[in-house]
Amino acid sequence: MDVFNAIVQTLDSTIRLSVPLLLACLAGLYSERAGIFDIGLEGKMLVGAFAGAAAASVFHSAFLGLGMAILISVAFAMIHGFASITHRGNQIVSGVAINFIAAGSTIILGQAWFQQGGRTPALQPGERFEAIIWPGADAIHDVPIIGPIYAELLSGHSILVYLAFLMVPFTWWVLFRTRFGLRLRAVGENPAAVDTAGISVAWLRYRALICTGILTGIAGAYLSMVQNGGFVKDMTAGKGYIALAALIFAKWKPVNAMFACLLFGFLDALSIRLQGSPLPIIGKVPVQFMQALPYILTVILLAGFIGKAIPPRAGGVPYVKER
Amino acid sequence: MSTPYAKLPAWADYGLIPLINLFVAFVVAGFVVLLVGENPLRAAVILVEGAFGKGTGIAFTLFYATTFIFTGLSVAVAAHCGLFNIGTEGQAYIAGLGIAVVCLSFDTTLPWWLTFPLAIVAAAVVGALWALIPAYLQAKRGSHIVITTIMFNFIAASIMVYLLVGPLKPAASQAPQTRNFFAGAELPKLNWIIELFGAKIRSAPLNISFLLALAMAFLVWLLIWRTKLGYEMRTYGHSPKAARYAGISETRIIITAMMISGALAGMMALNPVMGDQHNVAIDFVSGAGFVGIAVALMGRLHPVGIVLAAILFGMLYQGGAELAFEMPAISRDMIVIIQGLVILFAGALEHMFRPYIQALFASFNPRSVGMEAIKGKGA
Repeated sequence: MDVFNAIVQTLDSTIRLSVPLLLACLAGLYSERAGIFDIGLEGKMLVGAFAGAAAASVFHSAFLGLGMAILISVAFAMIHGFASITHRGNQIVSGVAINFIAAGSTIILGQAWFQQGGRTPALQPGERFEAIIWPGADAIHDVPIIGPIYAELLSGHSILVYLAFLMVPFTWWVLFRTRFGLRLRAVGENPAAVDTAGISVAWLRYRALICTGILTGIAGAYLSMVQNGGFVKDMTAGKGYIALAALIFAKWKPVNAMFACLLFGFLDALSIRLQGSPLPIIGKVPVQFMQALPYILTVILLAGFIGKAIPPRAGGVPYVKER
Repeated sequence: MSTPYAKLPAWADYGLIPLINLFVAFVVAGFVVLLVGENPLRAAVILVEGAFGKGTGIAFTLFYATTFIFTGLSVAVAAHCGLFNIGTEGQAYIAGLGIAVVCLSFDTTLPWWLTFPLAIVAAAVVGALWALIPAYLQAKRGSHIVITTIMFNFIAASIMVYLLVGPLKPAASQAPQTRNFFAGAELPKLNWIIELFGAKIRSAPLNISFLLALAMAFLVWLLIWRTKLGYEMRTYGHSPKAARYAGISETRIIITAMMISGALAGMMALNPVMGDQHNVAIDFVSGAGFVGIAVALMGRLHPVGIVLAAILFGMLYQGGAELAFEMPAISRDMIVIIQGLVILFAGALEHMFRPYIQALFASFNPRSVGMEAIKGKGA
């Protein structure tokens, strides 16, 4: 029974740790499918986390916080669009710039506004998203097997967790079952064809980036308003890059993205849980190895040893009309 | 394909446009200072005075610049070959391992002038090898170099943390770093050069690797513009198709360029490790690899530009420390914002002001931008 409980707890923290990855990964999916590389996911999550926690603590409302997180994150996505769509700048360079501006400005503004060493004030109840307890979770809790699964694994997460997982089928539907999705995928593969059909490549790509901004904003809000009760400097800690790795691992597909994020979240949960205690057969695994594993797996995948990851064909290339 | 922009005179292309971009970046940074509630002009004065006002300041500025020359050159060499090496950070970090092995083995037996060349070789080799795998994967397997080098940054960091909290840490110590090196692995200071000009220096870490950095800048210029290899790299950077057609081996050119880039990144580690801290500590690179991106873009990928841009960023780092002291609201993270803004305006938005400047030039002298003079007017 102890083993079973340990498994449920590990899976529970897997879900919690996967959510920001999943939201950021789906965010990247929209922009990369539209042909815009976005290594600025990290920065957009960070400004989202900061704006969310700052607004929530000033206005005493979790939903206002979430709205502000989305607004600021979309604004940063628009900077990326302005540089890489309107001015046809290098998309990687623009993404790097956004990450730096986000990292610096959240600390400087946080310190100037709240004077707590770059933190935002600790969020009070009502200013953060509370866990939703499913009906009957307490009653069923002591029933073996089903009880812990229902009460701990399924119930007891915040609304953003459920939203993140609902975004997976929604994203699939948008991309593969709507006109907008078809055009979005087309613009990532062959923008000239989309242009010939009389559809604005730039506007379509801007709309894809707005989707990216919304999702990274939610991811940031999750970090600072659910996982943590406030903003801490550099709290994204490379999650944007892991999300990028997960996106490649998922071969730019929404459902695969969920599994990739769950896998990377599981590795993270496992490394926290093990913390130096030895595994059977393998023996003691260094924490650092577990932390590096998502990156190592992605490199192996990219090398073509586990299937082949083929990015959208027009990715990273600014669109120039023939003249 | 047609180029969207007509030509500008070289001085405008390499001098005026970067300066305008830099100016805009600083104006935006000024707004952030204003938002924080301080006076941006006073901040700028403190920054420049902190960097160049005293001998110690100048020495520190050049010490930071040394680091950025290496990382800037590293990014630039790869960029000439059309490759975005975002892994300079990781290559420099892991090169600390090579330096640690050399220094810990020889610092009690050899004098510095024998340890130093050994450490240079070790740093360059380890850095180059760390760049080799992403390069090989790009050349042979077509995996995107940007993604693999990002991944390798994280892998390098994990390895270094593992080694520095474990095998490389002296048993008696708590701090995650190697033991301090002895005199045989300490680089001589260069502060006497600044003292020649009459400035007083209390203690600053400016050391002989500054000269190595300048030598490397010259060698990179020689490589890129005066050798066959450099020509091939530039050809591949401009048009991989043309390079293939000319019989240049894609694999060889990608791997060579990335290994040179990695070696330059690796040498960056010499400056802080052997010149200043005298040990290898966790996160000793602290973002210098990413500053290299800004420096390379700012310097338009030319060694002279890179040295100037590196001194500019050295000034920001040194002056920024003074600024944080004078205006507590503006911590050193302000530099990170400025760095981001420089990358944005000098890199991603480098062409934003170009059409206006071209229009301006064209209105004065149509020939200067390659247009025919209007008939009946001018010569």
